[in-house]
Amino acid sequence: MTDADTADSADTADATTAAPAAADRQDERLRSGAGLSGALATLKDRVGSGDLGVLPVILGLIVIAVVFQSLNSIFLSAANLSNLLLETVPVGVIAIGIVCVLLVAEIDLSVGSVSGLSSALLAVLFVTKNVSPILAVLACLVMGIGIGLFYGVVYNRIGVPSFVITLAGLLAFLGVQLEILGSQGAVNLPFGSGLVKFAQLQFVPEWLAYVFVVVAAVALFVTGYLRARERRAAGLSGQSVVTLGLVSIVLLVGAGLFVSYINSSRGVGWMFILFVALVLVMNYVLTRTKFGRSLFAVGGNPEAARRAGINVRRVYMSAFVLCSTFAALGGVLAASRLAAANQSSGTGDVNLNAIAAAVIGGTSLFGGRGSAFAALLGILVIQSISNGLTLLSLGSSYRFMVTGAVLLLAVGLDSIARRSRASSGRA
Amino acid sequence: MATAETHESRPAGTDSILSLRGVSKNFGAVAALTDVDLDVAEGHVVAIVGDNGAGKSTLVKVLAGVHAPTSGTITFEGKQVQVSDPAAAHELGIATVYQDLALCENLNVVENLFLGHELRSGRLDEVAMEVRSWELLRELSAKIPTVRIPVASLSGGQRQTVAIARSLLGDPKIVMLDEPTAALGVAQTAEVLNLIERLRERGHGVIMISHNMADVQAVADDVVVLRLGRNNGVFKVADVSQEEIVAAITGATDNAVSQRSARTQAKSTDTEEGT
Repeated sequence: MTDADTADSADTADATTAAPAAADRQDERLRSGAGLSGALATLKDRVGSGDLGVLPVILGLIVIAVVFQSLNSIFLSAANLSNLLLETVPVGVIAIGIVCVLLVAEIDLSVGSVSGLSSALLAVLFVTKNVSPILAVLACLVMGIGIGLFYGVVYNRIGVPSFVITLAGLLAFLGVQLEILGSQGAVNLPFGSGLVKFAQLQFVPEWLAYVFVVVAAVALFVTGYLRARERRAAGLSGQSVVTLGLVSIVLLVGAGLFVSYINSSRGVGWMFILFVALVLVMNYVLTRTKFGRSLFAVGGNPEAARRAGINVRRVYMSAFVLCSTFAALGGVLAASRLAAANQSSGTGDVNLNAIAAAVIGGTSLFGGRGSAFAALLGILVIQSISNGLTLLSLGSSYRFMVTGAVLLLAVGLDSIARRSRASSGRA
Repeated sequence: MATAETHESRPAGTDSILSLRGVSKNFGAVAALTDVDLDVAEGHVVAIVGDNGAGKSTLVKVLAGVHAPTSGTITFEGKQVQVSDPAAAHELGIATVYQDLALCENLNVVENLFLGHELRSGRLDEVAMEVRSWELLRELSAKIPTVRIPVASLSGGQRQTVAIARSLLGDPKIVMLDEPTAALGVAQTAEVLNLIERLRERGHGVIMISHNMADVQAVADDVVVLRLGRNNGVFKVADVSQEEIVAAITGATDNAVSQRSARTQAKSTDTEEGT
């Protein structure tokens, strides 16, 4: 074989001539080509072999939109969509944390209680004790970190399964929540406070929304282009400019149209922007840092991770801490959104909706597979269904039933896809 | 004892990277290794063979820093060293590929190769890691079509390749392979044997544990036979038959006789190599 020789020449060749002999494209068994057609062929191949990615979620969202719109024409109205986006945020933020624990093949069943406790703590500190809102929010986050550390210590040192630890936490922290709310059982946040305004009334100005869209599209193109250039310079194949440009233009046009539509009502809430920002940050952490890589490794094979020199205990610990902290932040946002904390904050379907969102979005319950975007996409599905059913004046009875069915459908689809992946040799 | 004499006649190898002299390891009352000698030279493949319980794995673990020897000396590149823990072995340049490979199935080849030693931890340098992966895999003539697929989709031989390539990242002097072909089919075994020859060409000293006599005869230069924790003969593969090795493993023939024949054979090949 002359592979080694050509690799050497590709290494030294400059960016423009390296393309045909890119170091990662020399094997004759590789069928996918370069460029746009290659990218499309690869996508088709992946879907065929059961690596569905976000496709089922996108299709699901389209089906949901079509069904509810035909039942009630308010569903896709700008005002409703604007509201829907805000509704997704509290549980969506909790779901980001769930993604972290699911990645290491653990579970946190107490996120609902932790978020409820956080809501209660915020309201009591802020309203009853007159603590400044910033300090109150910080106190909630510190409490979340503390709960995560406690779970981590119990898990690592005593070896209790996370299922049981967090089930205990679910009950215990619900008790703490009821205790600190006291006999009144509910504390209202003043409507004039910054927190409530942020969660209910502050929307991105129209011009700024367009700036965000343009910045996102340009950033996507530029980072993709720079990465492709760096890869070509190193003698590897890079994504073609055409593919990149096309994806960026689709984002630009799609998001631009959406913003122009939703701006005919109140527009995009700042709280939703915060959610998207958190998702992007977590996506970076999970995919581009050593820490993120270690989460995936521990979820895939803890023993291999240990032998590779990863501090497995610390990875579990940080997954629990991230999850509880996101749950606490979700509780803060929920209280702000509702302008109140009460005995039912964080109870009911919050817990399972957060877990269902992560799973519906494509995070595996068995560890080692998932992404931060799963939280965003999953909660959009769940909240759309919930919102649509509410518009049809169907109460929580139907909401629970339909959400349950969708969860089963999502996990079922994932299991079928997993089997298909196994038979075509993908993890 | 006959064996002791032969050992004294062999000074710590001058051309060998790694020399063990009189290494013993006791687990309580059980002597897992007694007075074991081993020499590994640059670009040499040494096969360690023996029955179950012969002490092969214990020897590997002593060298990998998992167990500390009870007595005896380990000389590495002319200096006497202590291999107190796996990190120390790694630092010295002794890499171990365990039988279960310890790969993460959900991660791709590059991610597995650099697991725990990623370049640029805050913003992973994927390009440099991928380039280095391809260099390594090409040097090993590995038949892996793309490094961006999960390890789950690789065959057993390809996984073994990835595990071996990972052990080479720290540029070790010695690579130890624990049963590298045990779980593999015919073609994949051939692939791994090619790989071991490639390691020899690269100048690594290779220690290979194997039960498979055909594999040993195919790639090894020397065969060290362990029996009940003791050296039971060191043979040059070129001039020993499979029956003789098996006899040494099982102890079926008279011990002194096999020792003597091994000694004379070793002498004759030494002179052959000298010319």
